[in-house]
Amino acid sequence: MTELPSVAVQEGGGLRRQALAATGQVIGRSVGRLVGFAMGLVDRPMKAIQRAIGAKRMPYVFLLPNFVFFGLFVFLPIAINVVFSVTGGTALFPSQRPFAGLDQYAYLFDCGSFLDPNSCREDHFWRGVANTAKFVVFQVTAMVLLSLLTAVILNMKIRGRGFFRAVYFFPVLLSPVVVALIWKWILQRDGLLNAAITTFGGQKILFFVDPGWAMFWAVFVSIWAHMGLYTLILLAGLQAIPSDLYEAAQMDATPRWRVFRRITLPLLWPNMIVVIVLSLIKGVQTFDEVFVLTGGGPGTATLMVVQYIYETAFSNQVQNFGLAAAASVVLGIVLFVLTLLQLAVTRQKER
Amino acid sequence: MAELKLVGARKSFGPVDVLHGIDLEVKNGEFVVFVGPSGCGKSTLLRVIAGLETVSDGDIFIDGTRVTDVPASDRGLAMVFQSYALYPHMSVRKNMAFALENMGLKPAEIEARVSRAGTMLRLTDYLERKPKALSGGQRQRVAIGRAIVRDPKIFLFDEPLSNLDAELRVATRKELAALHAELGGTMIYVTHDQVEAMTLADRIVVLRAGRIEQIGSPLTLYNSPSNVFVAGFIGSPRMNLLPAKVRSDDGVLRLMLGESELALDRPVSGLKAGAALTLGARPEHIAIVSDGGDLNLSIDLVEQLGGETFVYASTPGLPQITLRQDGQTRLKRGDTVAIRFAPGQLHLFDEAGTALASPSA
Amino acid sequence: MAASRLARFAGRRRGGSGAPLHWTDIAAYAYLALGCILMFGPVLWLVLSSFKTQGALLEFPPSLLPLAQVEVTVPGQPQPLPLFRVTLPDGSVRELAQLRRVGLVAQMVDPKDPSQQFRVALDKREPVRKMAFATENYTEPLERFAFLRFLGNSVFVTVVATLITLLINSMAAYALSVYEFRGKNAALLAVIGTLMIPITIILVPVYLVVTELGLVNSLWAVILPGAATPTGVFLLRQYMLTLPRDLIEAARMDKASEWQIYWRIVMPLTLPALAVLAIFSIMWRWNEFLWPLAVLTKTEVYTLQIGLNAFQGELQTQWHYLLAMTVVTLLPVALVFVFLQRCITTGIGSTGMK
Repeated sequence: MTELPSVAVQEGGGLRRQALAATGQVIGRSVGRLVGFAMGLVDRPMKAIQRAIGAKRMPYVFLLPNFVFFGLFVFLPIAINVVFSVTGGTALFPSQRPFAGLDQYAYLFDCGSFLDPNSCREDHFWRGVANTAKFVVFQVTAMVLLSLLTAVILNMKIRGRGFFRAVYFFPVLLSPVVVALIWKWILQRDGLLNAAITTFGGQKILFFVDPGWAMFWAVFVSIWAHMGLYTLILLAGLQAIPSDLYEAAQMDATPRWRVFRRITLPLLWPNMIVVIVLSLIKGVQTFDEVFVLTGGGPGTATLMVVQYIYETAFSNQVQNFGLAAAASVVLGIVLFVLTLLQLAVTRQKER
Repeated sequence: MAELKLVGARKSFGPVDVLHGIDLEVKNGEFVVFVGPSGCGKSTLLRVIAGLETVSDGDIFIDGTRVTDVPASDRGLAMVFQSYALYPHMSVRKNMAFALENMGLKPAEIEARVSRAGTMLRLTDYLERKPKALSGGQRQRVAIGRAIVRDPKIFLFDEPLSNLDAELRVATRKELAALHAELGGTMIYVTHDQVEAMTLADRIVVLRAGRIEQIGSPLTLYNSPSNVFVAGFIGSPRMNLLPAKVRSDDGVLRLMLGESELALDRPVSGLKAGAALTLGARPEHIAIVSDGGDLNLSIDLVEQLGGETFVYASTPGLPQITLRQDGQTRLKRGDTVAIRFAPGQLHLFDEAGTALASPSA
Repeated sequence: MAASRLARFAGRRRGGSGAPLHWTDIAAYAYLALGCILMFGPVLWLVLSSFKTQGALLEFPPSLLPLAQVEVTVPGQPQPLPLFRVTLPDGSVRELAQLRRVGLVAQMVDPKDPSQQFRVALDKREPVRKMAFATENYTEPLERFAFLRFLGNSVFVTVVATLITLLINSMAAYALSVYEFRGKNAALLAVIGTLMIPITIILVPVYLVVTELGLVNSLWAVILPGAATPTGVFLLRQYMLTLPRDLIEAARMDKASEWQIYWRIVMPLTLPALAVLAIFSIMWRWNEFLWPLAVLTKTEVYTLQIGLNAFQGELQTQWHYLLAMTVVTLLPVALVFVFLQRCITTGIGSTGMK
């Protein structure tokens, strides 16, 4: 199924395409030369370092820049966050905050029943948890299935594949704010969708007043915006499957469904894992899109955990950094455990 | 051009010992082949020499200099990989020039060396192509070319012919031999194919389970294998290895071979009656005779190759025996033939598999 | 079972040339057509809407294309008047300009003969409209706000941040895919662990760090914190793991230093994955919202997204400006995409050793 670029050019015909490819190559080559020159300058110092510390310690040199950034802007903040979560007051600098022990956590977990957010003292947090869980389950499931379907279809011998791929990928580029604005514009009371509904004799629906509809559109818009990315990842995986496998299956007169189940899916599995991991991460982190689209409403129907944290820390009357930090530590732990679980599953599958 | 010396080289991956103390000397300009079944450690040994793996114990010397802790890039060796490992994003020319650029040679010198190697390997027309656009044989030659331009101290080959088809393999084998004759460099070559080993090597190193079984010239190994393993590994078709029991050893060695008795003239001292032995006989050292044979066999299969014929025959109590006949034969499956072992050409191995006597000994 | 038998039957026939369309092909085209409408429609609707006048935006049901009511100048009237098609009581249809509305009745005038005036019931008239692109939606805000400046800031942030990300992420990915070393698993765990941590959660402490570094209100405050993306390391590492180890060892035999192996062997072969990461990074940086909002408070360092937000705050419900600026914001990314998508396609096509 993998098509070589040269073949694509010939099939597509037309000098325009060839010219485009040629200019692309020229640009690529000159950029490459520039980068090559810059890298060449680093060559000598790097060689000196290698001579000084030995080739075996070179990986640390390669890791260093990335981990300096990680340290400054991820690990250190996480540590500060933990400090925030065990201190009280409203001060920003950790040294000015009084120690409060696990009070913030105790407050967060003060619940009659964990299944009923209303029985909790901090009910908004638990609503956020419930909403996020619901959102992630629907979004990830639908996302994986839809992008798999789309990738399989885009991998067929179809006219205009490049165009269709671009169409599905395009929304990925839009900023969450833009995405939310576009759909708000369509879904509003006098918007395009309600116009279509009334044209077919229906009643206008106030999508952002009904909790069910609000959640549905939050999931829908999120899938709309991010599906193209996962489709592309899966498509890359599909195209990497050697075509002789399919030819062999064809020789055996294997039914298409079986080919898909026994050849395509297993070989696509690494890419599927990437898709599931990425969409899970993005799903749990969902904030701006839903925030701009529904504002978390109606009521707290689409309030997500991250929004709860953000509002607790920044936009409430009293900026409660401690409580927000405690909530983010909890969220962080959940995410970490999820990741480990995911990895364990992957490892097992590979065996 | 250089000589190589390994002293007690060991390699273990975690608890698994892959090489158990290898001692080896390779002389300047010698073509040495490491041969053995898969998993015998021959590739690991090559990689240890290359510097791609470090030894767990022991030392490596090149031209008398200890290089045990010298990284691969500084040992001055060149290697041809089984997968060729051509850089897919570089043209043939760039592939060959890469190492030379790293050595800091002048562009003119690089150009000269690349074009010389290109001519030698008939690659001149393909220098600007990417590896993707080459045939298997051409890629192979590029991989060799990449080693040649380096003018390395030692050439290392890791099963370089295993990805070629049979015809090309024979052709390339001959080219390699010619190349060695022309360049005269020290070459170390790993293969599992004993034909390659026999045809290319000045000396063969037979490895099994991380140990050297025997080192010697191809014909030494063929004529006087030091143990059952080497006897069975070198030579195609394999040497017939038949279990035997000593009846008596009093100047004439009498053996029970299956249900028949065999008397050997050559006295071997110290064999007790009832001791188990292995009798080795190469297929060409067994003759079909009209009478007075040592054994009677029933033919299972006849392979007519035109110039020679292989006959596979058996008798109760013994494994199948292979016979090589010159020319063509009328024998066919089901015929019964009498055979005689060529006197003075038999190998004897004790219970542990060590050679007791060889024809030339 | 029946379906699979059918599929097998069809599969056999598909072998020949000019084979008839299988039902799955038809379904696929239908799916793609629907996808086109669903994926591209909303954006198209945004673009069309952005060319509508303020009045046209408030209509229900909305018109598909940007239409504007025709206005005419009538002698004796100080301002241009809206033109309507009116059905008069005698059944004739005429085009009249409206002077004013009084309750359910409109007072109208014939633009060709201003002395002739009519009183017309509201339901008897219909506006005369023509296609008109309200380009002032674009030009006015570009004149009134420093949008070009914001654009420049956004381009700078996006390009510099992406270059840094590509460099340090690929270096880390290279170390984590090619070498075995002490602490490798810990480093991997750190990368995968931070995959899941959104900046939203650590917004306050990161702000604290950036303040301490004295970077507030500098574009570097936006560029640096997100430069080391765990996603990028993860993605590139997965790709680099698929490169044959022989290549790296061959390079080592060819006397290449570790750095040369990185940039002359591994980097060129990782180009497809780098292109994907470049697209990601461009997208993230261009669209980044919450973090720049927190650290950029001076107008001259605003990025486009923050500018757009400020603009939204200032103009409240002025959808016509907002929609137009939204289009401006997504336009450069669209252009970059058109260029890089080609890279990706060729990249994916030419990967692999053979």
